[in-house]
Amino acid sequence: MKIVVCIKHVPARDSRLRIAQSGEWIEERDLSWEINEPDTYALEEALRLREKHGGEVLAITAGPDRAAEALKRGLAMGADRAIHLAGDVFNAADANATARGLADALRGEAPDLVLAGVQSDDKGYAATGVMLAELLGMPHSTLIMEVEVLDGRVKVKREMESGWFEWLELPLPAVLTIQSGINQVRYSTLKGIMAAKKKDLRRVEAPAAGSAGTGPAGTGPAGTSPTALHGLAFPSRTSRAEIFDGDGKAAAGSLWERLRRDGKLR
Amino acid sequence: MSAEIWVFAEERGGTVKPTSWEVLGVGQRLAGELGKPLAAVIAGSDVGSAAGALAAKELSRVLALESPALDPYTPDAHTRAVREAIESESPDLILFSHTYRIRDFVPKLAAALDRPYVPDCVGVTVEDGQPVFVRQVFQGKIDARVAVRGEGPWLATLQNGAFPAEDVRAGAAAAPVERRAMDSGGAASRTTVLEVFEGVKDKVDLTRAEVIVAVGRGIGKQENLKIVQELADAFGAELAASRPVCDNEWLPMDRQIGSSGQTVSPRLYIAVGISGAIQHLVGMKGAATIVAINKDPNAPIFQVADYGIVGDLFEVVPALTALARAG
Ligand SMILES: Cc1cc2nc3c(=O)[nH]c(=O)nc-3n(C[C@H](O)[C@H](O)[C@H](O)COP(=O)(O)OP(=O)(O)OC[C@H]3O[C@@H](n4cnc5c(N)ncnc54)[C@H](O)[C@@H]3O)c2cc1C
Ligand SMILES: Nc1ncnc2c1ncn2[C@@H]1O[C@H](COP(=O)(O)O)[C@@H](O)[C@H]1O
Repeated sequence: MKIVVCIKHVPARDSRLRIAQSGEWIEERDLSWEINEPDTYALEEALRLREKHGGEVLAITAGPDRAAEALKRGLAMGADRAIHLAGDVFNAADANATARGLADALRGEAPDLVLAGVQSDDKGYAATGVMLAELLGMPHSTLIMEVEVLDGRVKVKREMESGWFEWLELPLPAVLTIQSGINQVRYSTLKGIMAAKKKDLRRVEAPAAGSAGTGPAGTGPAGTSPTALHGLAFPSRTSRAEIFDGDGKAAAGSLWERLRRDGKLR
Repeated sequence: MSAEIWVFAEERGGTVKPTSWEVLGVGQRLAGELGKPLAAVIAGSDVGSAAGALAAKELSRVLALESPALDPYTPDAHTRAVREAIESESPDLILFSHTYRIRDFVPKLAAALDRPYVPDCVGVTVEDGQPVFVRQVFQGKIDARVAVRGEGPWLATLQNGAFPAEDVRAGAAAAPVERRAMDSGGAASRTTVLEVFEGVKDKVDLTRAEVIVAVGRGIGKQENLKIVQELADAFGAELAASRPVCDNEWLPMDRQIGSSGQTVSPRLYIAVGISGAIQHLVGMKGAATIVAINKDPNAPIFQVADYGIVGDLFEVVPALTALARAG
């Protein structure tokens, strides 16, 4: 079977972020980047399904030049080949515009299964995979904790709120968004990294990817989003926290004193 | 009549979900500011009692979309029903709560309609007669203002717990309830629900704990858990965790706090190396006193904390343990 995995290149989780002068995005210089963590679970699941059922794992990302790095890591983990839908436009793209780009790039591939993460660590729309399903005309399910591929169908366990789950069955091809904790993600080995260098990483320029060169209704060219980020700012919600500084020991001492004085210890 | 604002409400077992009241409160405010009528929409196989509860609030009507095909929930059937209603009534703005079910089908709906979708908002204002949304990006570290392009309907979801449910105003008289039998024919749902079940009942009940020490991924690896266990022991506390700690199997699942774990409200909650993602916060922000220890001053956990230490947990935790042991 052919499994596509959507992976996104995002700033490393513990990055100290700065807002770019434009106020429209972050300052990208001096950041380290990684594969969006939820997507590593999706990739791992794809690799396990391939190990069980045979076939091919294709990783795809939409993003600026740097995003090819995420694909190289995906190939090192074990994906067979990769498509880089390249364009700076994806920094400002919302889920709709991104899903459109991905859908156009994937239509010719005719995958059996498309896996995405539950949400991106940067924009966190929790939407791209679901929109992709609609655009590809495939059924979907989200927050998947177990995947069993049957004959022409897939049986999945979906996480619901407050400790509930459901078992669902969908016909293939289908789109699933994979929830964290479904598996333990493998590390890439040196051998994997070496092997990745020989794998097929195809670059597709983004404007060519838009259907008829246009984006969603009323938004103009491909990659343009129906929503627009107006400005980024650090939260104005004032923290009511009293912060204790100094080295660890001194700060712990001040905190302990304050907790005692405020009657928080019993 | 100018186009309506819709609030999409959800019900379980005949009762309106608390998050739907939060959204309705915002809908009432926006209806006033935009000068548009407000309708509540609810979908299911039998939504009579929830529709009645909604009708008691200040709004112009309740639209009840009913079909046996809507129970059990599937994204195909829900998308079809809500889409039909939208296409026949042309509302301007539709507000949802950002629940698991909404995340599952509303992006599909937005893509099918090809309309703007602004998920998980923590703020909505009106500027030049249009809604402008605030949503968190980079895991709650940065706020982004989001404007919508093109014509309505605009679809937006509101973060759970970001708006007070108490803001909802009752109506002077009951609003009319319009029941629509939705077409259950056409293409059947492609998804088949085989079973809905509750996961393993919590072995450890953290809801009764007076003091909780909760550990996050900042702890780095399982072997390091010893220092937080010692802190918990010194405080006479239960040890709990964020999701990644449980995903990594460093601690069992039943120690997880948050939207997919337990909801707790202890007297004292000490969060160690936890960033404070919304899915974690919803499980613990009811704690009477919250202490956060995190090396990142921008970590969102500090927005709900009463006391905080910006520092390295590997220095702070042993020092705090020593003080607690000394009493
Ligand atoms: C549908 C859904 C449901 C979810 N349900 C839950 C849930 O129930 N519970 C839950 O917790 N999460 C849940 N999550 C995950 C959630 O979104 C976050 O990913 C998660 O809470 C992050 O956990 P964390 O704070 O431990 O890790 P991270 O976000 O990785 O944060 C680690 C923190 O440790 C700090 N740190 C690192 N090293 C040190 C050090 N030496 N000293 C001090 N601080 C340090 C860092 O600054 C950082 O803030 C859910 C997500 C989704 C999409
Ligand atoms: N630019 C992108 N390139 C590839 N996949 C993406 C991109 N943006 C989002 N995705 C996928 O969609 C999921 C959800 O992202 P989001 O809708 O932004 O929260 C991610 O976990 C990825 O699997």
